[in-house]
Amino acid sequence: MTTGQRSVLDSVKPLGYRGKKLSGEKSPASLVFLILIWAALAVSFIFLLVLIITTFVEGFAVMRPGLFTNYPSSSPRDAGARPAILGSVWVVAVTALLTIPLGVAAAIHLEEFADKHNKFNRMVELNVQNLAAVPSIIYGLLALAFLSMLGFQNKNVVIGGAMALGLLIMPVIIIATREAIRSVPQEIREGSMALGATKWQTVWRQVLPSAVPGIATGSILALSRALGEAAPLLVLGGLVFVSFDPDGIMSQFTTMPIQIFNWSSRPQAQFHELAAAASIVLLVLLVLMNALAIYIRNHYQKRW
Amino acid sequence: MIKDTDTDVPVLKPEEEARLHEQHGVPVHVAPTQKRGKNNDRVTDAILTCEDVNVFYGDFRAVTGVDLDFARNQITALIGPSGCGKSTLIRVLNRMNDLIDGARVEGKVTFRGVDMYAKNVDAIEVRRRIGMVFQKPNPFPKSIYDNIAYGPRVIGMKVANMDDLVEEALTGAALWTEVKDKLKQSAFGLSGGQQQRLCIARTIAVKPDVILMDEPCSALDPIATTRIEDLMAELRRNYTIVIVTHNMQQAARVADRTAFFTALADEGTGDRTGVLVEYGTTTQIFESPRDQRTEDYISGRFG
Repeated sequence: MTTGQRSVLDSVKPLGYRGKKLSGEKSPASLVFLILIWAALAVSFIFLLVLIITTFVEGFAVMRPGLFTNYPSSSPRDAGARPAILGSVWVVAVTALLTIPLGVAAAIHLEEFADKHNKFNRMVELNVQNLAAVPSIIYGLLALAFLSMLGFQNKNVVIGGAMALGLLIMPVIIIATREAIRSVPQEIREGSMALGATKWQTVWRQVLPSAVPGIATGSILALSRALGEAAPLLVLGGLVFVSFDPDGIMSQFTTMPIQIFNWSSRPQAQFHELAAAASIVLLVLLVLMNALAIYIRNHYQKRW
Repeated sequence: MIKDTDTDVPVLKPEEEARLHEQHGVPVHVAPTQKRGKNNDRVTDAILTCEDVNVFYGDFRAVTGVDLDFARNQITALIGPSGCGKSTLIRVLNRMNDLIDGARVEGKVTFRGVDMYAKNVDAIEVRRRIGMVFQKPNPFPKSIYDNIAYGPRVIGMKVANMDDLVEEALTGAALWTEVKDKLKQSAFGLSGGQQQRLCIARTIAVKPDVILMDEPCSALDPIATTRIEDLMAELRRNYTIVIVTHNMQQAARVADRTAFFTALADEGTGDRTGVLVEYGTTTQIFESPRDQRTEDYISGRFG
């Protein structure tokens, strides 16, 4: 009879036999670690929160239509950021037009056509990676030198700013596009080539359309970086009093970040409030752009 | 008289020849007089031929010395254990290997008597005439309609009515009745088997002469596999088919001729390379293999 025998399972110690002794995720070491990472998160989050809240508190009072419609003025009550908002739109739009086609084309070449074993191509690739880490002010200097060479008297023009910002975000767009192209499965290329399509047709009609969501997401994120940049534009002489709407690529301009910089360096407290209000506008714009990028990524991304 | 086994190519029995003739509507026989590589039966009505084909990936020799003829309007199966070079070889037949970095083909591959690796031959042109269906169904991320229309469009086929061509191709791939009401829907909505038939439809839409199939059923369930096999039997009327398969029963079921490959290790380096062991009618390969290795493989003793 087996009734009296203990089964193997009976010899296993019951759960919780160790009593109150903590183990696993409840051990002191785990708890300390958990508290540390929470603290790290909290520090960064609290700083961000404080920054946003103080900006909102300070700027909300002067959030008025005039901020969007008025020109800069020496009187804080009348001052607005209209030229700066329009200037930002102009510069970012021209930057997009200059940079996205070039960046996407460069990425297509590197990813689809370039011989990856060629030393020169590998050097180009390495440099693209490195360029993404160059301080933005360097690009401002580069654009300044380039404009001087071309004989521009006034370097603070939309096309000049777009050049500087374009150089700044070009590596980001190239890298994002390459990622997007690489994520298109090889089977799609093979399927297309096996039907007798040329390499170019395959890239243009299969790879690129599939990569568009990734390219769009990367480009929008890159442009939102361009929108927030002040340093390269300051080098070009962007810190000027612009009291008119920019009306072309040769027009003088100022942008939101420069306007904020300008206002916050004034002694009067009212100007600081204006700077805060303009910061809110810029923040909202950036959040919207990033939200659009996330939307595109989630809704148009191909799942293979 | 001493028999030279290397040139001793078997002749089909008259009744079998007659059966094959009737089945395919083309004369099929093995001419005893033509001297070929030792592993090769001569196919008189060959549309594709390989002569001493070697394939390299960089320094690695994936396939060595393959002599193989593919008969028009027949199904030829390439079988053998993993790493025997059968998938490599099928990709040689429409120059898909050109797309792989460092891949190199030596020897002569002809299509309708023309060396397809000659300098004046464009790989694009080769692939228009010799289509390919892949292991994993790979529909384009487009509608069912556009999946079919893509090929004719990119190769600039003169199409009087694209709708008709799409219907014809889908009918040819036994898919029309299942998808005719959802042509504008994404091809990704189809089942795996349907996707694979869509890929076949896409291939026949550009009206190739030869269809290469690289393990077309390995990602499919048995029912979908049966449908593809039935379809292949249909397609044979108009196309020459070469199929790589891991499934010996599949080869036995669908193929007219079967080539058995195996991997040989180099004595010096230990590198393995694919060689053709035996080639003949499917009946001969499965019922009376001449090579011990073939017999071992088909009886399940190795591979």
